Amino acid sequence: MELALQQEKAKQLRADIVRMTYLAKSGHPGGSLSCLEMLMALYYNVMKVDPKNPKWEQRDRFVLSKGHACPALYAVLSDLGFFPREDLWTLRQYGSHLQGHPDMRKTPGVDANTGSLGQGVSIAGGMALAARYKKENHRVFTIIGDGESQEGMVWEAAMSAAHYKLDNLTVMLDHNGMQIDGKNDEVMSVGDMMAKYEAFGFVCVRVEDGHDIAAIVDALATPHEGKPLFICCETHKGHGVSFMEDQVDWHGKAPSAEQCEQAMKELGVTENV
Amino acid sequence: MSEKKSLRVAYGETLAKLGAENDKIVVLDADLSKSTMTNYFKAQFPERFFDFGIAEANMACAAAGFAHEGLVPFVSTFAMFGAGRAYEQIRNSIAYVNANVKLVFSHSGLCVGEDGGSHQSIEDIALMRVLPNMTIFVPCDALEVEKSMRAAMEIDGPVYIRVARPASEYFTDESTPFIPGKANVLREGGDVAIIATGLMVKEAMEAAELLAAEGIQATVVNMHTIKPIDEETVLQAAEKCGAVVTAEEHSVIGGLGSAVAEVLAGRSAARFARVGIEDRFGQSGTPEDLFKAYGLTAENIADNARRLVKSK
Repeated sequence: MELALQQEKAKQLRADIVRMTYLAKSGHPGGSLSCLEMLMALYYNVMKVDPKNPKWEQRDRFVLSKGHACPALYAVLSDLGFFPREDLWTLRQYGSHLQGHPDMRKTPGVDANTGSLGQGVSIAGGMALAARYKKENHRVFTIIGDGESQEGMVWEAAMSAAHYKLDNLTVMLDHNGMQIDGKNDEVMSVGDMMAKYEAFGFVCVRVEDGHDIAAIVDALATPHEGKPLFICCETHKGHGVSFMEDQVDWHGKAPSAEQCEQAMKELGVTENV
Repeated sequence: MSEKKSLRVAYGETLAKLGAENDKIVVLDADLSKSTMTNYFKAQFPERFFDFGIAEANMACAAAGFAHEGLVPFVSTFAMFGAGRAYEQIRNSIAYVNANVKLVFSHSGLCVGEDGGSHQSIEDIALMRVLPNMTIFVPCDALEVEKSMRAAMEIDGPVYIRVARPASEYFTDESTPFIPGKANVLREGGDVAIIATGLMVKEAMEAAELLAAEGIQATVVNMHTIKPIDEETVLQAAEKCGAVVTAEEHSVIGGLGSAVAEVLAGRSAARFARVGIEDRFGQSGTPEDLFKAYGLTAENIADNARRLVKSK
């Protein structure tokens, strides 16, 4: 798909995210909307995956370390054909394969269970070490949150990724600056993340507009021989929906029917579910 | 029976042996390979030994990553830092996913001795036991260490093997079966059943001798699998003897004693007592001094057995 069309596609997927959380009456729209283009840069442009064969050995791996943003991942996976789009409307319901946080045993295309913050980036590190030991050439990607980066184990993982020179690992930061209780800087400042990862031994790249798919794709092509890659994507929580954008309150809240309808209008999506 | 062998040395040697048999085995340690004895494996297979430094949380989740890629990670550190420090990582990234990770934590219980209460894990069995998907083995001698590791390899899911620090005599031989969830009866008697695990098997056998001298005949059960617990053997022993004493080097809350009590409750009228660490922390001292002070002795098991037999 051409990049210009992908930016259009993003509107459709945003609408799916809003609708999913509306129907589920819970979930995390804010952080899902902020990392959508990061996921699209990976899944539509960079990663080798096969929706018909989700466990394909040579596929690139992806771990959504900020697991609460799974509505965005589910929207992308269903769009690629890993499972039917109708499944999206069962998010968080009893018996659904779309759990409140990603479950690799239930959802085709999900490579790791995450949700307890900080753990996914370590799982990704283990996958990258395993790939190297098995002499496999696939890459491992993970998206972490900035609030998540307050977890100490994120830095244990950073240390080991650099120590083991994991140049098959890419850690992407969804830097929207917000978390449940407020802005990062009010709750617990995470400081200069670029400088931190640089100091840990990563090759670091900043993407000033984390909603520009082409820019993220460029960043993902940064050479990083002998070192893991860190990409800091400057994003906006709730991006693309006017009343959610940059609003802390939309971290973990479902929209009402009216709000859902308004979001659909803004996104230019008319389809009924 | 007089020959002794260190359980952790048995672990290290077996790990190297299994590594030669199966190239899917990888080993993760947290700066304790010289104590957990994973250094034997490290020397032979450096390309699949991974030191994670003093960072157990990251190590536990990385192990899940290895397992997701079809490898079989053996994760080692002290029980305190494995089961304790990395608990939620084990819970969410390993047990919840039914990841094929083998957790082999050493230096469990009071036998850590001089390092004191901060390093004496008296709660690791309890922590692991409440996790769905988890299997728990507590070997009583060096032979059982190897057998439990081989049994763990046959299980597609997480296994916790609790390895004590000191050398132990042998209570099993090459031909003794090791079937997960199937306890071994080491001695038959009709008056009281002593169900023991790990290092307390030795004390249980000695207690049976003390009791025999007084005319009390004890059955001794080596409960090498804490989960799934062998309900059949527990209920049979309770029915036959009418009195059951459990013995473990672990808190009496949440470990073997609790597991046996859960089996007996509502299903057996047998008298019941638990020998283990009462609800308190350990402290520095030699393992011998601590076992005495905390009642982890043949004498204490025998005292409890006598009391139960009298009250029948």
